[in-house]
Amino acid sequence: MLQRTYILKIAITISYSLPFYEYMQKVIFLLLGLLLAPKPSQEPPVEVIKFDTLQHLMNRNSQQIEVINFWATWCKPCIKELPYFQSIHQQMGDKVNVTLISLDFADQLDSKVVPFVKKKGLTAKVLLLDEIDYNSWIDKVDPSWTGSIPATLVIDPQSGRRKFVEGELKQEELEEIIREFTK
Amino acid sequence: MLYLQSAILALLMVLPGADIANGLKVGDQAVDFNLKNIDGKMISLQTDKQAKGYILIFTCNTCPYSVAYEDRIIELHQKFAPKGYPVLAIQPNDSKRSPGDSFDKMKKRAKDKGFPFPYLLDETQETTSTYGATNTPHVYVLNKQADETFKIEYIGAIDNNTRRAEDATKHYVKAAVEGLLKGQKVETTKTKAIGCTIKWSS
Repeated sequence: MLQRTYILKIAITISYSLPFYEYMQKVIFLLLGLLLAPKPSQEPPVEVIKFDTLQHLMNRNSQQIEVINFWATWCKPCIKELPYFQSIHQQMGDKVNVTLISLDFADQLDSKVVPFVKKKGLTAKVLLLDEIDYNSWIDKVDPSWTGSIPATLVIDPQSGRRKFVEGELKQEELEEIIREFTK
Repeated sequence: MLYLQSAILALLMVLPGADIANGLKVGDQAVDFNLKNIDGKMISLQTDKQAKGYILIFTCNTCPYSVAYEDRIIELHQKFAPKGYPVLAIQPNDSKRSPGDSFDKMKKRAKDKGFPFPYLLDETQETTSTYGATNTPHVYVLNKQADETFKIEYIGAIDNNTRRAEDATKHYVKAAVEGLLKGQKVETTKTKAIGCTIKWSS
């Protein structure tokens, strides 16, 4: 947005130094250019969040089943199961809201997390939870969570039903859980 | 909204297995073991007759969170071993599933980092399972009793900032051991932290 205003200012400055017809021509071209220019990339800007955003996600009153997966780029079993979550997102995105919560360090957002998300072609929502004081929030996600990842939380906001799984899920296991929650 | 929250809370409270963590708990007697150190010698809780207790840490080569804590683990040993609370590091991962944690790789890592404490391999994973360690690094602070057994006084994380030691504001293990040295009750006896899963043999 800022960039466009900037371009516009330059364009106006140039235009005033030109004869009128040329000026109009430039204006038309400029407007056309602005209209046709590709919008700023919608590529997954992985949003960095604090715990309150996660809490909101866990408690919001949505019609969709919330599937929240905790992972990190350094966690091999996590990486193995990510495609299963991506597939749920693609196939059942209307009924299920998949959120992938990265626990990578926030200072590795641009060096590791964003390139990883792009490389894997993840289109499900990816958030980086920047809360290093782990002991202050792990129990609030689920009291049974010991803190190892991967971990997955499935919530039906309408019934309040929750399922928390610590450890790697096989694709069939994840699909079975989703089936139970969506039937 | 509030209704939903309390409903969830109520559900969590009645759910059986909300506290499913198996293994030893704070206050339990520590179970002894006999594990091979990187120098080939077997080590148990009774090996060091001078020990007033131990800082038992389940940790490994391959977990970035373990690696992030290596220098802090060395520091804990240097600070507390002379006072009778040495570090005993136990590598819990199955080396078939995690080749970077093989006995040879353990020797190499210990040499490269100059570990001043024993680095033991739990080859059968029995000790890891008995203690209920779930992630790395996972600490158990033990204190010797009058009858020569050891009691578990603290289970959890080293401090509250994995990323940067300087930014930690709560030093759980240090506080626990310092408390024990003063003959005080440990205040924070249990904490949780994000860590790597234990790689169990299939």
